[in-house]
Amino acid sequence: MTASTRRRLLMALPVAGAGLIGAGCWKMLSSMQAGSFDPRAIRLDAASRDVPDFTLPGLSGGEKGFDTAALRMSPVPVLVNFFASWCIPCVAEMATLRAIGQQIALWGIAYKDKPEDAQRFVTRDGSPYARVALDQSGMTAIDWGVSGVPESFLVLPGGHIAWHGAAALDEAVFQREILPLARQKR
Amino acid sequence: MNRAQWMAMMTIALLGIALPARALDDPSEKLSDPVQEKRAETIGAQLRCLVCQNESIEDSSADLARDLRHVVRTHVAAGESDQQIMTWMTRRYGEFIRLRPGLSAATLLLWIMPVLALTAGLLAAFLMLRRRAAATPQPEALTAAEQARLARIMQEEGPAS
Repeated sequence: MTASTRRRLLMALPVAGAGLIGAGCWKMLSSMQAGSFDPRAIRLDAASRDVPDFTLPGLSGGEKGFDTAALRMSPVPVLVNFFASWCIPCVAEMATLRAIGQQIALWGIAYKDKPEDAQRFVTRDGSPYARVALDQSGMTAIDWGVSGVPESFLVLPGGHIAWHGAAALDEAVFQREILPLARQKR
Repeated sequence: MNRAQWMAMMTIALLGIALPARALDDPSEKLSDPVQEKRAETIGAQLRCLVCQNESIEDSSADLARDLRHVVRTHVAAGESDQQIMTWMTRRYGEFIRLRPGLSAATLLLWIMPVLALTAGLLAAFLMLRRRAAATPQPEALTAAEQARLARIMQEEGPAS
């Protein structure tokens, strides 16, 4: 290798390095803009988990809540939705949930809520949930891996978690991601 | 009060402000055993608060962070090891909850970057030094005539004391 080719090579290395870093940053930023990459998104490895052990009461004295066994024994996949009456995105999610509740078994868990507030919230415009339980301490939610409300989990018969979403559901995500998984196991 | 005393007081006051403020809202959150409490704080400092994501659960005052602090303390009090508690957390919240991610294929570049950068820097420095040494012109050897002239001059003037 002559001195001049070596010099050219040494010049090219940092340029190529900077170009590579630039291309990487551009790809990251453009996919953040397009919405396909979110560095703050919480993605749990849902496919490797089972429903944790829990028993939760219902909202009011007369109503029954549900527990792990009820989810395991359900003959159909259940979409479990954590919500709270104090959570604004949950209010916005309710209309979607009412539509989704027609297509899949939808169970709700009220997170860190007062029973009467949760009751009023659920029944105000017609409840989307087939069953509702109350997690007043929020400790069951932590066992599920919930970091905020609303959050949803698809539980297959037998108690395996097949899907998790840490954001408000919308019809498109439901059709594209949840329904195919639920149909597979029906 | 003289100037030195005043300066000392100001320094102490400023240090007080600069001390890291822990988010423990309530002293009753703390474990009574100081050794266990210290361990719980160390573990909590390595766990990401998933609400305010660049803070640890020890630093955050979010509700979830307070609940997670409580969980950590319950597990510490039950005598679990740091590793067991970390596993408990990552099983529920994924690798994302660890502020210091474990070594895996996805984080390999992150972990070896310091070594890579140091190696690249040393290599660049070595190449540059070697090139500079090669570029410095070496004085040519004296010809026979020059040697003779030098010897004559040395003889005329005598060795420089």
